[in-house]
Amino acid sequence: MTTHRLLQLALRSAAVGYVALLILFPLVAIAHQSFTGGIDHFIQDISTPQASSALILTLEAAFITTVINALFGTLSAIVLVRYEFPGRWFLNALVDLPFAIPTLVTGLMIAAIYGPTTILGTWLQQGGVSVLYDKPGIVLAMLFVTMPFTIRSLQPVLMELERDQEEAAFSLGASPWTTFWKVTVPSVLPGLLTGVFLTFVRALGEFGSIVIVAGNIPMKTQVASVYVYGEIESYNPQGATSVSVFILLISFLVLVLLERLTRPPGERLPRWFRWSKQPLSMIRPSEIG
Amino acid sequence: MIRRLLISSVWLYFALLLISPILYLAVHSFDEGIAAFWSEVTKPEALHGFLLTIEITAIVLVLNLVFGTITALVLVRQHFIGRTILSGVIDLPFSVSPVIAGFMLILLFGPETILGTFFGTLGVKVLFAMPAMVLATLFATFPFVVRELTPLLQTIGTDAEEAARTLGANEWQVFLKVTLPMLRWGFVYGATLTVARAIGEFGAVLVVSGNILLVTQTATLHIYQSYVDFNYVGANAVALTLLAVSFAILTLLELTKAKAAATVA
Amino acid sequence: MKIEVRGLRKQFGSVPAVSDVSFQVKEGELLGLLGPSGSGKTTVLRLIAGLETPSGGDIYIDGKRVNDLSVQDRNIGFVFQHYALFKHLTVFENIAFGLKIKKWQPADITQRVAELLQLMSLDAVEHRYPHQLSGGQRQRVAIARSLAPRPSVLLLDEPFGAVDAKVRQELREWLIRLHDRLNVTSLFVTHDQEEAMEVSGRIIVFSKGKLEQIGSPAEVYEEPATEFVARFIGAMNILEGTVMNGTVKIGSLEFPAPNIPDQVQLQVGFRPYYVKVSEDPTRYRQTATLRHIYFLGVAYRLEIETAEGLILRSRMNKEEFRQYRFEVGRPVSFAVTQFRFLPQEGMSFPSSTPPQLLDAGPLTP
Repeated sequence: MTTHRLLQLALRSAAVGYVALLILFPLVAIAHQSFTGGIDHFIQDISTPQASSALILTLEAAFITTVINALFGTLSAIVLVRYEFPGRWFLNALVDLPFAIPTLVTGLMIAAIYGPTTILGTWLQQGGVSVLYDKPGIVLAMLFVTMPFTIRSLQPVLMELERDQEEAAFSLGASPWTTFWKVTVPSVLPGLLTGVFLTFVRALGEFGSIVIVAGNIPMKTQVASVYVYGEIESYNPQGATSVSVFILLISFLVLVLLERLTRPPGERLPRWFRWSKQPLSMIRPSEIG
Repeated sequence: MIRRLLISSVWLYFALLLISPILYLAVHSFDEGIAAFWSEVTKPEALHGFLLTIEITAIVLVLNLVFGTITALVLVRQHFIGRTILSGVIDLPFSVSPVIAGFMLILLFGPETILGTFFGTLGVKVLFAMPAMVLATLFATFPFVVRELTPLLQTIGTDAEEAARTLGANEWQVFLKVTLPMLRWGFVYGATLTVARAIGEFGAVLVVSGNILLVTQTATLHIYQSYVDFNYVGANAVALTLLAVSFAILTLLELTKAKAAATVA
Repeated sequence: MKIEVRGLRKQFGSVPAVSDVSFQVKEGELLGLLGPSGSGKTTVLRLIAGLETPSGGDIYIDGKRVNDLSVQDRNIGFVFQHYALFKHLTVFENIAFGLKIKKWQPADITQRVAELLQLMSLDAVEHRYPHQLSGGQRQRVAIARSLAPRPSVLLLDEPFGAVDAKVRQELREWLIRLHDRLNVTSLFVTHDQEEAMEVSGRIIVFSKGKLEQIGSPAEVYEEPATEFVARFIGAMNILEGTVMNGTVKIGSLEFPAPNIPDQVQLQVGFRPYYVKVSEDPTRYRQTATLRHIYFLGVAYRLEIETAEGLILRSRMNKEEFRQYRFEVGRPVSFAVTQFRFLPQEGMSFPSSTPPQLLDAGPLTP
C-alpha cells in the first residue's frame, strides 16, 4: 500500500508542479510587477488617456459582442437542437470552426471581405458602417472568435432538458409562454450564463484578429491587448503591466461571478465535475433531438 | 411558419459571420494567380515558419498529453486540500489574453529576473528563442487535454480498473490496458484541439519571440510580417494554407465525435 | 474452512460500515450476504476481495491470513454489479484478460475461453463488444471473465441487480446450476431476500454493519434470531407486550410465556400463514373486521383489524380462500396458531426459542 501512496503523491506533485510553473508563476510575476510601484502608480497608469480609452473601448466592444452572441447563439442552439433540416450537420460542424482557425487568419478574412474593396464593404460604408480600422470591425472580429461559446454551452443543456418537464407544465395548465419562462429558462440558465460570461472574457483578451481588422489607432481602435503590445514594444513595462492586470482582474471577477451564479446548492466542485454526462466537446449532430 | 423563419435566420447568421469570410479568402488568395500563390507559400521564410510551427506544436502536444493525463487523473481520482484551486487554475489560460500571457513570460524570464539570470548563466536562451515560444504555446493549450479527460474519467468510474485488479493486473498494467484505452477518444479530441490552438497561437508568441526573421518566426508570425510589409498576396497565401489545415483538423474533430459516441454507448 | 473472517471492522472516516463481523465459509458453499442498502454486506465482500483494507480484524482464505495480500494476489474472482466489462475489448478478449496477465500460453487461453463460452452459452457472441450485448449476456461475460483464471473463491456483488425481473429469475436458476457443476466456493451479495433464500445454501443477514444471523434459508425464515431478521425476511406480524403472570396479553390475545420472568418487555412475532381466518364469527375465539383483500397470484392476503385497532395480516392459499365467502367490512374470526418471542432490536435471545402453540379455540364447528 505504501508504494501506491508514493505513486499517488508523485503524480500529484507532477501535476501541481507543472501547473504551478506554467500558470501560477507567470501570474505571480505580473502581480508582483504591477504592485511594486504601489497602488497609486497602478491607478495612474490605467488612467492615462490612451490606456483608459483602450480599456473603455475593449469593455464596450466586448459587451456589445456578448449581447449579440447571446441572442444569436441562443437562437442557433435552439434551432440546432430542436429542429431537423437539411444541412444541420454542416452548420453544427461549422460551429467548431473558430476554435480551429488561427485568430490572425480570422482577421485577414474579415478584413478581406468587409474591407472597402468589396461590394459588401462599400455597401456597408455607404450605410455609414465602416468595418476596417473602425469600431464595428472590432465587434465583428470578437463575434467571430467567440461564436461557439454560447452555442456549445447551451446545446448539452437543451438536449438534457426533457420534454417531460415541459409537458408536465402544460398538463398543469401553463401556456407555452409561461412554461418557457418558468420551466425551460431556469433549467437552461446555467448553460446560458456560462456561454455568455465565457464570451465576454474571451472577447476582452482577443488580439490577433483585432490587430488586423481594426489596426492600432490609439484612442480610436486600439483595444487593451493591442495597447499592451504597443507598450511592450516601446519598452514600457509599467504601462503594459497595469492594463494587463486590470484586464486580468476583470476576467477573474467575471469568472468567479459565473461560478457563484451557476453553482447548484450544495456543490463544491467546478463546472466539469458537475457536467460529467458528456464533455462539452462530444456533441454529435445526430444525437441532437 | 416560425420554424422556417428561425432556421433561415440562423443560416443567415452563419453565412454572414463564418461562411462568407472563409469563402472570400479562399477565392481572393488566388487573385494574382496560382503561380504567385505557390511561390509565396514555398519561399524560405514561409517554409521556415511552417517548420517552426510544426516543431513547437509537436513538443507542446507531447508535453500536454503526458502532463494533461496526469493532472486529469490526479484531479478526478485523488482527494486533497487545494483540489478545487487546482481545477480553477487550470481553466485560467482560456481567460488570459495571449499578449498578456506572453508579457507574463517576459516578466518571469527577463534579463533582470532570477529565472532569467539563472538560465542565462547556464547558457540557455529562454526569451526570444524556442523555450519561451514553447512555454507560451504550452500556456495557451494546457487546459484542452485535461478538460477532455476529466468528465470522461468521471463517467467511466473505477469499476473496470478494479475488475482488472481482481484479475491480477498490477497498477501499470491496469493503466496501460484498461484506463488508457478507455480514454482513447478523449485523447484524440484533446490532442486535436491542442494542435489547432498551437498552430494558431499568435499574440503570445509575437511578444515572446521577438519575431526574428528566419529564427523565431512561426507561420502566424510570418503572416503578420507579410501583412505589415503590405505583401497581401503572401499573407493571404500562407493564411489560406493554415485555413486548409484548420479544416482538416475540424474534419478530424467531427469524425472523432462520431466514433466516440458510437462506442461510449 | 475455505474462508474465515474474524472480528472484521471497517470505518470510512467516522462512519463504521462494518462492526465486528465473524463467520466461516465452507469449501464449495454458496453463501448469500443479505441486507438492506448500507448494511455493510458489500463492504464485507470487498474486504474479502482485497478491494478495501480492513480497519480491524482478520481475513483468512484457505487457512492463510490475507490481510496484507493485494487483490491481485488473492486469486479471487469478482463479479461487479454493473459488470465492469472492458468496453474496448471483445467478449473473447474480456474473458482472456486474466489469463493474459497470468501469462498463459496462447493455445491454453483459446481453449479455456472456448470452454467458458460454451459453459455460459456465449459462443455466438465471441467477437462482439459489450455495447452490442444484452444485459443478461453482459453479466454472463462478467462471470466467465472472473472464472477463467480458476479462482479459489467467487465473489458476486448484486450480480442480478441491473437486469429486469424475468431475466433475473433465469440468471438465478442458471447460477445455481453453474455452482452445482463447478463447485467453487461462492459468496454473493443481495438485498433481495427471495433471491438469497432461493440461491443460497446458507444466508448471512446484515444490518447496520453488524451480523444479525447466519443460517440456512429455513432457519432464518422460521427461527429469526432478532427482530430485524424477522422483519426483513418474509412478512411478519409483530406486536409488543410485557410479561405478566407468565403471559403476554395484547388486546384480547394471550400468549403464554412460561419460562420468562414478569415485567420483561417482548415482541411477539407470527407469520401471516399462521393466522387462520374464517368468515364464521364463531369458528375461532378471536374476532376482528376484514379490512382488505389482496390477490397475490399464488395466494391471498387478508388484512384484519381487531377491536383494539391492531392490524394483522393473514395469508391463505387459493383453495382455502375459495372455501369461504369473505366480504370486506364484515366481521371475521381468527386464531394465531404459531408464534415466536423476539428480542428487542439490539438484544438477542438464545436462538432456540421454540415456536409456541396458542390455544386456538374450537377447531371444528
